[in-house]
This record gives sequence, structure tokens and C-alpha cells, in this order.
Amino acid sequence: MNRYPLWKYIVIAVALLLGAFYTLPNYYGNEPAVQISSDRPSVKIDVASVQSVESILNLGKIPYHSVKLEGKNVSVRFGDIDTQTKGATALREQLGASYTVAQNLLPRSPAWFSSLHALPMYLGLDLRGGVHFLLQMDTKAAFGKAMERNASDVRSALREKKIPYESVSRQGNEVRIVFPDAAARSKGKDEISARVSDLFLKEVQDGNVPVLIASLRPEALQRRQELDIKQNLTTLRNRVNELGVAEPIIQQQGEGRIVVQLPGIQDTARAKQILGRTATLELHMADYSEVELGQALSGQVPLGWDLLYERDGAPVLVRKNVVLTGEYITEASAGFDDRGQSAVHMTLDARGARIFQQLTRENIKKRMAILLIEKGQAEVITAPVIQDEIGGGRVQITGMRNTEEANDVALLLRAGALATPMEIIEERTVGPSLGKDNIKRGFNSTMIGFALIALFMVVYYRVFGLIASAALAVNVLFLIGILSALQATLTLPGIAGIALTVGMAIDANVLIFERVREELRNGNSPQMAIHAGYDRAWDTIFDSNITTLIAGFFLFWLGSGPVRGFAVVLCIGILTSMFSAVTVSRGIVNLTYGRAKKLESLSIG
Amino acid sequence: MELFKIKHDIPFMRYARVTTIVSLLMFIAAVAALATKGLHLGVEFTGGTVLEVRYTQPAEIQKIREYLAAHGHADASVQNFGTSRDVLVRLPVRVGVTSAQLSEQVFQLLRTADASVQLQRVEFVGPQVGQELYENGAMALLGVVFGIMAYLAVRFEWRFAVAAIIANMHDVVIILGFFAFFQWEFSLTVLAGILAVLGYSVNESVVVFDRIRENFRKMRKGTVPEIIDNAITRTMSRTFITHFMTELMVLSMLFFGGETLYYFALALTVGIVFGIYSSVLVASPIVMWLGVSREDFIKVDKKPEAEVLP
Repeated sequence: MNRYPLWKYIVIAVALLLGAFYTLPNYYGNEPAVQISSDRPSVKIDVASVQSVESILNLGKIPYHSVKLEGKNVSVRFGDIDTQTKGATALREQLGASYTVAQNLLPRSPAWFSSLHALPMYLGLDLRGGVHFLLQMDTKAAFGKAMERNASDVRSALREKKIPYESVSRQGNEVRIVFPDAAARSKGKDEISARVSDLFLKEVQDGNVPVLIASLRPEALQRRQELDIKQNLTTLRNRVNELGVAEPIIQQQGEGRIVVQLPGIQDTARAKQILGRTATLELHMADYSEVELGQALSGQVPLGWDLLYERDGAPVLVRKNVVLTGEYITEASAGFDDRGQSAVHMTLDARGARIFQQLTRENIKKRMAILLIEKGQAEVITAPVIQDEIGGGRVQITGMRNTEEANDVALLLRAGALATPMEIIEERTVGPSLGKDNIKRGFNSTMIGFALIALFMVVYYRVFGLIASAALAVNVLFLIGILSALQATLTLPGIAGIALTVGMAIDANVLIFERVREELRNGNSPQMAIHAGYDRAWDTIFDSNITTLIAGFFLFWLGSGPVRGFAVVLCIGILTSMFSAVTVSRGIVNLTYGRAKKLESLSIG
Repeated sequence: MELFKIKHDIPFMRYARVTTIVSLLMFIAAVAALATKGLHLGVEFTGGTVLEVRYTQPAEIQKIREYLAAHGHADASVQNFGTSRDVLVRLPVRVGVTSAQLSEQVFQLLRTADASVQLQRVEFVGPQVGQELYENGAMALLGVVFGIMAYLAVRFEWRFAVAAIIANMHDVVIILGFFAFFQWEFSLTVLAGILAVLGYSVNESVVVFDRIRENFRKMRKGTVPEIIDNAITRTMSRTFITHFMTELMVLSMLFFGGETLYYFALALTVGIVFGIYSSVLVASPIVMWLGVSREDFIKVDKKPEAEVLP
């Protein structure tokens, strides 16, 4: 009666093998590595790159384990984090800007493990160190800006068609257009609705004055927000690339929020600096005369103008009116002009190109200024003079002193092309040494707890205690195997979750063994007692685990960050414990006692 | 080895009044602690910045505090964290300064005071996020409570569901009371621990209820208190051993798991100890007083499993 059919043993054996296979990479662990790649099509990564990487490291006398060509990138493995950092710095300096040099952790296990997706558990930021940011878009500011731009579009539309108007002003979320008469208003309305499709127009009469109230259509508003978030995601991605992080996570979370996770980053201050550069780009006219500039410098800034400074400190007088914003810029890169001088090439999208063409046509030989606005502080990136009418959206900014300046300006243009200002609303930074400590502590406490439980079980339940301890170990194997196979993120609370499931999973076996003892006490034969003990206890085990699963489910659903890691481990651990504590431990019991024809007693304490 | 060799059922239900009064007093004390002292909420809930730094020698807390105060951070709280070399600096949310700036500023200050200092961890939570986490935490608690209640009501009987939830809510309030009274830091991880222990403690009631249900079928002549007494006595051994072993693991976390898991393990420790008490000695009397009777089960259970019973 206490025999399993063969298939059950096979299922258990297969599960054990799979569990062991997926758990094994964790035993090998990770080693610090540097990955060199390039997103430029002109740069080829091949055997030659491996050689140049090797020579750079040898020249710098930086010890490394191996340099390998893996797909489209070269990975260099190091012995420890210090040499990894040194190596990365040397490679970054020597290889130049066309390569991306990223620090990473790579599995130490043999390559065929990785090819079967058997990888070590994915460690969360609190275990491997790194930075987590939650950024919030300032949608209100973005909305205001969009309306400002619409007001400006309305003005130019009316001016172009020579439709008379008294004033165009933004009032809160609306643009108010005052006309001299009703005829002008109806002409104006037709023209505006044809040109600026995002606006919903309403005619109102303010006393005797005919007025048009323009507000943003809801669908246009939504489209705007979606575009904004996309734009910000792209910009953040570019910035993160600049940092050289191997497995960054940059994702939208809810409405108007973006999560950025940079695992394993060492220089957190630099990361914050580059990411936190919540900047926007604006193009303004700067067609001032020397006299006006002199006046402004002496403290009399003309109305409608701002006195700003270039990065080298040169003063520039800039009109307050925004003619173009960074969102129209699709690309900016450093290069050379026809005469071989350093220059910046900037590409605008279709709408930006049209605006820019009109702007340049009307303002030849006048100065304009590109401003980078960070947290209300405006800085002039560059203030070129418009040489000619520029159509097609391909803009060349010349007059760069050297390649470095051109690179800088291009970088700022790219990075600054954020549509909406963002603010860091949550930050978690964990240093790499703390991460290591966390792993060690979490691991040690789990091991100690496990050893104590096993010891007690063996003392209290003898052979059955030993079987339960084996089942518990199998449970940990399954749990780690599944977590590794799923590549679920392991956090410190996650390790606590493993410990806790071990501490709770033993309940199932205690429940069964107490039942077996009770059955023996009631005078049943040992084989009967085993059978009844396992059978009767199952309902209770199932019930009691369901309630913990409910708790785990809500934690996963409503929790965030590391707590989610805890919930995942808790839920998976409960499921695996039901299998290991009931099926696996029964399997061992059956193998031990099941075949005995005349079983006199059980070693159950 | 056998620790619980009990020949006769212990008449728990005779002492029901006493145990309930004890619980009630504990509960009132916990509520009083919560009302007067309040929870010492972690940075996740209140918003603010936390920096953990490590020195090469034991840190002089008072000096660091004064140094920061002298440089415009009088609102910073400085304390040891785990070892004497680890220091935790807390800063409240400041309007107009971003977290990146604030933590950077403070760390630079600490570095000018002592160049050997190492940044271990920074945590910043904006006020709006803190509010959300707080709300989500409360939602999770409610979700778990109603989820478990619904499950127990379907699986057993509404009386069991009500009794189990009262018993376990009483646990939660008492754990919170401990956190308020000792002003232990209440963080998101602690909340996770409390919810896990809530799910776990309910197990206890489930095991006892399972027995009660079984006894109603088996002990045809027993009165309700006798049936409950027998159920508790028969499951006592398992209850103590299981909890003792979970407690072993939790204590191991408490002592060896480091500072980050300390309060988590503490919440679990308190939760497990009170979990045993409440799910046995609070839940069962409530079931009795709610008027559970044999008819409730005879009607419901016309399943074949009743025939297997000896």
C-alpha cells in the first residue's frame, strides 16, 4: 500500500534532475566582466578587436581571466571588481567614443549551461549594488508649454493670412484670441482649425468683443503625453548608454513615470549627474545689437529679452519667445563642415524643419541661440548666426573650436532634447560592498536556520526527521532552480523569503508525522499509519498553504521593489514545498518502508 | 522523542473567558501604544533621504551630527547602524532640493570631514511616492484579510472565517503595538513580514478548525466545548513544533541576517508567538460563542469522504 507506481518515481527523479541542473549555475556564481560593443555600423567587432583589447590590458598591466568574442561583443572577465573597474576605465579611454564599454557580471558556469538558459539567479540591486530611480514627468509644465507653442502657432497663422486680431494670450489651459470684428473671427477660426488641428475652438462674446477660445482636444492631449513619455524614454536610454551599463532597465511605469535601474554601477554620483540632467532644449532668436547688449550688461535688460551666458562665460541677449523646442530635434552629432572644420550636425523632424525653414528665411544674418534649461536655469549651448535659408531640416552648426567642443554640443543637444522636465521621486542606491554583505548575511542566516531545523527534526523524529530534512533540502533546490530558470529577480527580502518558506514548509511534514504517530497510538499497523498520515494531512496542508498564497499574491500585486521579490519567492516556495513535503518525502518513505512485508515499528521518535 | 504526551484533553474552553480577557488587555495596550506613540515609519512611507556610510574606524556620531548641523543640516538624524563603523543619516524631505543633490551634498560634507568614508546606500523617497506606498500597504493588508476570509468562508463556514480573521487581526494590531511601543522602524519589508505571518498564522486556525470539523463527525456524543478541547489538544504538539521550527529560522535571520532584515525578523518573531496564542485561544472561543453546532456540518458534508472515516 505504500508503494508508488514507477511513473511517480520517474517524475520525482526528473524534477530533481531539472532542479539540480538549473540550480548549478548559482554554485559557479558570477564574475565581474567588461563588455565591449558598438552600435555604429562602421565599427566591426571581430578577432582584431579581441587583440586590441588584449594589448590595451597588457599595456596597462591589468590582470584578466579571459578575452572572448561572444556574438557581436567582446567580453573580458576579471578576477575582482577592482581590476574590472580599472580595466573598464583603461578600455574606455583607449578605445574611444565609437565603442560602448559596459561593466557587467557574467556567469562563471561552463558555456553550455548558458546555451540552455541555465543561468545564475538574477540578483536585485540590493544584492549586486546599483542605482534605481523612479522619475516623474512634469506633465503640467509640459502641457503649459504645449499651449504656449499653440498660441505661437495661432499667431503666425493669423499673421500669415493677414487676418486682423487684437491679441493672442494663454490663460491657464486655454488660448484666448481677441478679434476686432465677427468677420475676422470666422475667417480666423477657419484658418486656425485648418492649420492647428489639435485645438478645439469655441466662439464667445465678451461684451461687444468677439473672442475665440482655443483648448487642447482630449485625444490630442493624450497623444502628446504618449509622445512625451516615448521621447523621455529614448533620451534616458541614450544617457544610460553614455554611462556604459550592461543590463539597464528603462521602463514606463504607470502614467507619466519612468523606472531606471542600473545594476552594478560603481560611480553612482556620475550616474545621478547624467540621469538627473533633467534638461530641455529651446531655440530662441538672439538678434540684438551691441548697444542693447551693453545696456543689458549695465543692468537694463530690454523688455521681452533675457541676458544669458554661454558655457565659456560670454554674454548673449536672448528673446523670451521660444521659436523651436528640443522635441523637434531627432539627431545631433559631431562632424566636420566642407572646409574640414569641426561642426555639429542637427536633424529636425518634418514639422521642425518647416518652422526652421521659415525662421531662417526671415532671419538671415541674424543670431539665434540654443538654450539648455536645467531646473529653471538657462544656459546657452551655442549661438550661431543664420547664414542662409535652411530647408529639409538638416542643420549644420559651424564655428566649433575643436572636436571636443563639437562633441560636447552634440551631446548636450541630444541629451537636452527631452520634451518634458522630469524629477527623481524615488531613489535607491546600493554600493557593491553592501550588496556582497547582504548576500553573505542572507545566505548564512538561511544556512544556520536550516541546520538548526534539520538537527531538531532528526532528534525529534529520527529517520522520519532525516527524510523531512532531505525533503526540505529538495524544496530549496526546486525553489532556487525555478527562480534561476525564470530569471526572477532575487532581492534581500527574497532571500528572507527563501528562509521563511524553509521555516514554514517543515509544517507539512510535522503535520504528517504527528498524524502518523497518532495513528500508531490508536493501534494501527505501521504501514496503515503511514498511509493514513499522508492521506489525512493533505487537506490541511493544502488549506493552510492557500492562505499564505493569498498573502503572497496581494504582496506581489501591491508591493513594490524588493518586497515584490519577497512575494515571488514566497509564492513559488509554497508551491514547491507542497510537492517536496508531500510527494518527495512520501517517495523516500515508500522506498524505505514500503517494501517491508512485516514492518514492526517506525523510527519516528 | 515526544514532548506532548497528553492523556486527557485539556479543558481550554473552560478558560476561554480568561484567555479572551488577556487578549483583550493586550489588544487595548497595543491600540494605546499606537494611539499615543504612533508608528516610527520608515523613509518609504514618510518620504525623505537615508544615507548609509561606512567608516574605517568606529565613527564618532556626536561629531558627525555637529559637523552636519554646522553646515546647514541641523535636521539630519545620525545614528549607528549595526556596527560602530556603520552610520545612518536620515534627512527629511526638503522643498526645492532634489534627492540627488541632497544626498550628494551631505556625502561630500562627510567626505571632507573624513576622507575614508564610503557610501554604502542611498534611499530617497519623494513625498507623493511615500503616500502611495502607504496606501498600497493598507490596500494589501485589506486584500489579504478579505481574501483569507472569503477562502475560509467557502472552505469552512462563515463563523470560522470571522473567528480566524478576528484572531489574526488581533495579532496584526499587537505586532503594530510592539512596533509603536518600542519605536522600532516600520518599513515596507516589515509590512511584508506581517502579511506573510498573517497568512501563516491563519494556518493554525485552519488546522484546529479542520480537527473541529472532523470531530463533529467522529465524536457523536461530545458537547461543543469538548469537541473543541479535543481538537486543540490533539493538534497542540504539531502547533508547537512547527512554530518552534519557523521561529528557529526567524531567529537565525534576526541574529545573522544583518541590519536590513532585523526588523523584518522581529515582526515575524512577535507575529509567530502571538500567532500560536491567538489562533488557538482566541479563534476557538469565538467559534464557540458564535454558536457553531453539529448540524452545520452534517448538512454541508454529504461528501463520500465521510465514509472513509473509521
